[in-house]
Amino acid sequence: MTDFNWLLALFLAPLVGAVAVLLVPKGADKLAKQVGLVVSVVVFALTVAMSLQFVPAEAGDFQFSFAYDWIPAFGVQFAMGLDGIALVLVALSTSLVPVVLLAGWDDVGPESRGSVKGYVALILVLEAAMIGVFAATDVFLFYVFFEAMLIPVYFLIGRYGGARRSYAAVKFLLYSLFGGLLMLAALIGLYVVSGDLLGTGTFDFTQLVGLDIPESTQRWLFLGFFVAFAIKAPLVPFHTWLPDAAAESTPGTAVLLVGVLDKVGTFGMLRYCLELFPEASTWATPVVLVLAVVGIIYGALLAIGQSDLKRLIAYTSVSHFGFIALGIFAMTTRGQSGSTLYMVNHGFSTAALFLIAGFLISRRGSRVIDDFGGVQKVAPVLAGTFLVAGLSSLALPGLSSFVSEFLVLVGTFERYTWAGIIATIGIVLAALYILLMYQRTMTGEAPDEVREKVHDLRGREVLAIAPLLVVIIALGFYPKPVLDVVNPAVDRVMQSVGATDPAPQVGGPVAEGTQQ
Amino acid sequence: MNAILATSAVDITSPTIEYAALAPILIVLGAAVLGVLVEAFVPQYLRRTIQLVLTFGALAAAFVAVLRARGTVIVAAEGSVAIDGPTIFMQGSILVLAAIAALVIAERHVDPAGDSFAPRASALPGSEQEQAYTRLGWLQTEVWPLFLFAVGGMLLFPAANDLITMFVALEVLSLPLYILAGMARRRRLLSQEAALKYFVLGAFSSAFFLYGAALLYGYSGSMKLSGIADALTADAGQNGLVIAGTALVTVGLLFKIGAAPFHQWTPDVYQGSPTSITGFMAACTKVAAFGALLRIMYVALGGLRFDWRPMLIVIAGLTMIVGTIFALTQTDIKRMLAYSSIAQAGFILVGVVATNEAGLQGTLVYLLAYGIATIGAFAIVTLVRDTTGEATHLSQWAGLGKRSPVVAGAFALFLLAFAGIPLTSGFTGKFAVFTAGIQGGATGLVVLGVVASAVAAFFYVRVIVLMFFNDPAVDSRTAVVVPSSFTTFAITVAVALTVVIGVLPQLVLTLVEQAGIFVR
Repeated sequence: MTDFNWLLALFLAPLVGAVAVLLVPKGADKLAKQVGLVVSVVVFALTVAMSLQFVPAEAGDFQFSFAYDWIPAFGVQFAMGLDGIALVLVALSTSLVPVVLLAGWDDVGPESRGSVKGYVALILVLEAAMIGVFAATDVFLFYVFFEAMLIPVYFLIGRYGGARRSYAAVKFLLYSLFGGLLMLAALIGLYVVSGDLLGTGTFDFTQLVGLDIPESTQRWLFLGFFVAFAIKAPLVPFHTWLPDAAAESTPGTAVLLVGVLDKVGTFGMLRYCLELFPEASTWATPVVLVLAVVGIIYGALLAIGQSDLKRLIAYTSVSHFGFIALGIFAMTTRGQSGSTLYMVNHGFSTAALFLIAGFLISRRGSRVIDDFGGVQKVAPVLAGTFLVAGLSSLALPGLSSFVSEFLVLVGTFERYTWAGIIATIGIVLAALYILLMYQRTMTGEAPDEVREKVHDLRGREVLAIAPLLVVIIALGFYPKPVLDVVNPAVDRVMQSVGATDPAPQVGGPVAEGTQQ
Repeated sequence: MNAILATSAVDITSPTIEYAALAPILIVLGAAVLGVLVEAFVPQYLRRTIQLVLTFGALAAAFVAVLRARGTVIVAAEGSVAIDGPTIFMQGSILVLAAIAALVIAERHVDPAGDSFAPRASALPGSEQEQAYTRLGWLQTEVWPLFLFAVGGMLLFPAANDLITMFVALEVLSLPLYILAGMARRRRLLSQEAALKYFVLGAFSSAFFLYGAALLYGYSGSMKLSGIADALTADAGQNGLVIAGTALVTVGLLFKIGAAPFHQWTPDVYQGSPTSITGFMAACTKVAAFGALLRIMYVALGGLRFDWRPMLIVIAGLTMIVGTIFALTQTDIKRMLAYSSIAQAGFILVGVVATNEAGLQGTLVYLLAYGIATIGAFAIVTLVRDTTGEATHLSQWAGLGKRSPVVAGAFALFLLAFAGIPLTSGFTGKFAVFTAGIQGGATGLVVLGVVASAVAAFFYVRVIVLMFFNDPAVDSRTAVVVPSSFTTFAITVAVALTVVIGVLPQLVLTLVEQAGIFVR
């Protein structure tokens, strides 16, 4: 490994890019978008180059780590590092940004409220914050990114969104801020507790993991962090902001919001709640499992009942986040590996769904499902890609989500059979909401308006969607590269929690192939 | 006979005055006196230039004196003034804040009539006399000596080491502010009402303070803070006098801070005063008053903390709740900022009740961060105008981000700082006091503070929504006036400091760490 600080470069590149975009002269919208796209591709290339140097065997440790003193008075460091879980999530973020910029090329224009270069710059700033939030190994730094990333999203929704954008933006911001502030209280509490136990307070993740915090204190601190993450993820009953925010934002923003930002919630549960507060996590497990299972079913039912295309996709995500949380709190290796893989897969399949739905909506000028029909005759490529994305979302074998959903369910069955059984119903419901949506929008007779307005995907749009579908299919058949990187990190989490996989029961050894 | 004369002559020694340590206060007050003479003897067309040179010169010289006094820890002027780390930090803060505020006060390009002060404050509002002065185009320069007197009082207030000096400082800082509050050029009646209200309630609170001081003297036999502390050590505070005295003195100070339930004057006074003065008052008075409160509580009444802590915890909580809840319902930007400053006072009080070194340091950082953002925010309020003057109704701010993105962006930054979003100065302050609060065992109050911050975020965010996401009203005549370099510079400095303290807080944290603790 060279001396080159890959991670810092990766974090700074989008920020530099954002400044470059802002320096583009007024009115040169196309140039701004081009600069933004080039920067995001460079960032992605950096990610790939960095990932090639990542040592999967040591994925349980933080790699590419660095630390600079930032606020010595509070023991805060500007410290970053990637373990396997963080690496795949960073890769997810940096690969989605160019796709989003390319797909949303015409989503903002001179008629938008805000400037085009502002839009591109905000997305790049958001990208830097997303890298930062996954890479931070200092809990304070994590919190700073956790909060700071709200601001670009807030403006992305509020300035560039749909009719009820300002309501959605404010609702999003206030929900997130409330959670974030509870986390702040817990964060300060953690700092003070670490000061009591270690002599000097610290925010260094690896030091904090080793702390033996009294369980009663742990519970309070856990709650502060968990509520913040549950709002972010979102788990039922903290989910009501998501459909509004996703429906009112541009498709690109919705992809980053649901595909990446919400992962910060589940990532936070896995990395921070479980590792920092192991006893409290075990204590809270039953409640979290119930919330997760309720989310799976409730989200799916609401999705079935939606008449608005974007809200439907948003509710499917509520259901999927239930699965992810379920896998995390099942406290089995399979469940947590499955959840991490699920975060990646869900990112790609939801991105495809939102983007294609966005193409469809901008062509027809309506989000209402009943306004569509027969699109597959008018625009077969669009309909076909939509079907693949949808099938991935309902976890069809051979597509990526299947692997992760299967792992989560197996991992859950190992310890909490009841939760596994109920969650399985979610799969049936998923088939319902996806296929019903496809049937109502794509099949049948095409109304006149659809016939007139909807045309097939253009070259640029195909270029944006194709990589997503390739990833979805590739990971469906061969998820090993991701799992190889994720598994050691999950083992570390399991160790920190002090959980072990239940021994196979006599008479019926269950040994699915993916584990060592 | 001769012998008697001789001995008495020996007994009288002249007091020792540590001029170097007291220089900041003396320079500012001296310049204020000179300013009065300028008003009396210099022809009108020269006054503004001289006053500006005098004011900024005095502030700069005083700041240099503060820098030179760094590291001094003495009880000066025969025990009545304490110059120590916290004093020096607060004096520095006040001088920096006052300089930024003075830039805004000096602005003469924003109001088409010249400046934002009444040509003759003594003329009856709407009277012929007033109109005559307006026609003559008279412009104010009397604000400058008043301003300097107030700053001088503020410099002395946190340094005062006995109750009499503290009371004198309180009056020196308050009286000019009462007058300044009544000098707005526009909405004269509102301004005069503000002045009167401030004066009456302020006088009332001064009386509380004085009565409390008398009781504390009755209890301890000393006006000195250290004397009171010694008396407390001697008898462990089992005395009704000292409890009553503490309560009354605290009420007097909490009034100046604007803590609930002594906050009622704040919205009216903030709204009615000339906006540039409001910013000055909101920022600098708070620094000075918190300085005095901290000194009394930590130095004199430290032994009694188990009695006053519960009271201050309740007041801090109440202040946060009242500030945030009432701010939610405001439709006037100045009143909203007033209630927001009440809520902020509640947050700062968390640092006071922490009763530890971290609490003291956190309070100092928070005060500086809050003061900078406050002056900046009020400076921007002076720029948003329609034909009748400042456009302070919130609806008039709709769509501002579209027409003046830079000004609206700066205002949004200050609001985010008030809301305590990371990477702004407000977060640094909040983090510092909340950490101190939990260390000091006030966890419940911190949780309340966090929840109040979340509620407070709503009304800050609402203004951002209004500016950036809403369209301006069709018949809106609101416009952002392009100011002279005075206000531009002030806002630029405020923005820069807000970001710097947010991103690189260590710079300020090092300063407060060096400041150490109070001298006894």
